[in-house]
Amino acid sequence: MALITCRSLSLGYESHVILENLNFCVNPGDYLCIVGENGSGKSTLMRTMLGLQKPLSGEIVLGDGLRESEIGYLPQQTAVQRDFPATVWEIVLSGCQSRAAKRPFYRRSDKALVEENMRRMGIEHFRKRCYRELSGGQQQRVLLARALCATRKLLLLDEPVTGLDPKVTAEMYALIANLHREGVAVIMIAHDIAASVRYATHILHIGASVFYGTVGEYQNSAMGRKFLSLEGGDAA
Amino acid sequence: MISTLQQYLQFPFVRYALIVGTLIALCSSLLGVTLVLKHFSFIGDGLSHVAFGAMTVAAVLQLSNDMLFVMPATILCAVLLLKAGKGARIQGDAAVAMISVGALAIGYLLLNLFSTSSNLSGDVCSTLFGSTSILTLTKEVVWLCAALSVAVVVLFVLFYNKIFAVTFDEDFSRAVGTNVEGYNLLIAVVIAVIIVLAMNLVGSLLISALIIFPALSAMRLFKSFKQVTLCSAVLSVACALGGMLISILAGTPVGSTIVAMDIAVFLLFSLIARFRA
Repeated sequence: MALITCRSLSLGYESHVILENLNFCVNPGDYLCIVGENGSGKSTLMRTMLGLQKPLSGEIVLGDGLRESEIGYLPQQTAVQRDFPATVWEIVLSGCQSRAAKRPFYRRSDKALVEENMRRMGIEHFRKRCYRELSGGQQQRVLLARALCATRKLLLLDEPVTGLDPKVTAEMYALIANLHREGVAVIMIAHDIAASVRYATHILHIGASVFYGTVGEYQNSAMGRKFLSLEGGDAA
Repeated sequence: MISTLQQYLQFPFVRYALIVGTLIALCSSLLGVTLVLKHFSFIGDGLSHVAFGAMTVAAVLQLSNDMLFVMPATILCAVLLLKAGKGARIQGDAAVAMISVGALAIGYLLLNLFSTSSNLSGDVCSTLFGSTSILTLTKEVVWLCAALSVAVVVLFVLFYNKIFAVTFDEDFSRAVGTNVEGYNLLIAVVIAVIIVLAMNLVGSLLISALIIFPALSAMRLFKSFKQVTLCSAVLSVACALGGMLISILAGTPVGSTIVAMDIAVFLLFSLIARFRA
């Protein structure tokens, strides 16, 4: 059964419709990249899947025993966070807030989970460092570790490599691919179409027309071919 | 100097002032970090003016215990401002400006029209700058202040982890099902309570300083949220105690002496941070 199913979803703000009649689902083991031009509604779609925003119509159904509080989310960084006095440990621990929703304090099991996920992200020796003193790539690892504390099944990543240099970007993609291999389903908003095609299993391309299917289908579709050649042209 | 101090400490009202002042300073510093980082400081500033307006209404109505009126009125405005701030940012700011300046103007107008006091400008001055009010507290107000301060500290400790989470990343918290609106409401209500309490200590115009300076000072030097919170609590209490003692000995106004101490500490911490870097 699918982890998350979107049926005839329409998105937008009040009377302004951005996307209409969107249908797709994400199964365990999937790695879905959402691509599309700026303003096509990628972030709006992700915010709607997270329940931060209501769809204009249609529905989002969670399945396979996934609860809304068990989705791991890696948001884009905000200005507040860049100057925030908090240690890596404190931030990763806040990923356990849904596990401790009814309790004022964290348990030993929550802290063990934090240790485990800091190790998975290779940031355990940063635990006492201040978040604002870390590099961009290290900060993303911290936020990814936090997201992992909230979920074992599904990660939603909003442009996780924005502002990172090529080497760190490659490391970040490898890290995410690793998590995918470990069995975490991934939904990612991506700018980099080449990397999306390389790592993802499925592509959702939104914009004037919509494509949803496997990477192979996308590469053979008219839309995919056009977009891939365009991006290739840009890079060259 | 010690003997003068001992002499003063024999008066119960001086002892009350020191106890209540310390408690108020402690709880006003706790939410400072959250206020600064969440850009809620504008709400804090607006609310202090509202508290002034409410105080004048209480004075005109000649209530025996004005906190019983000022507290609910300020909490109500905190809730309203939070709701207004949720829409477009500009609207929220404009709403704060409207309510705070409006409350100041109407408050002063009411006092002029209806006050029975013979020393009007003295009353206004002490409400705005808290010149002597901490020394004139009645026993029941002392108990009320103490109880509320303890309540604020207990609430803060119980919700410390959630307040941290909501301050650091509202969207993440909302996505994992944390009741962000509820916690924002809690923060706004606690801020309103703190402001009404702190009005007794430093007067309504200087409250923001009491809330924000210790947090800003602590943020210069410390790296974890817990250290920053603890440090700003210690700084706030130390400055309040030091300020009150100086003002008793030197006869300076309590509120502005405390804020001057806070500013001095902030400058000192900024200097240390610069030398370290």
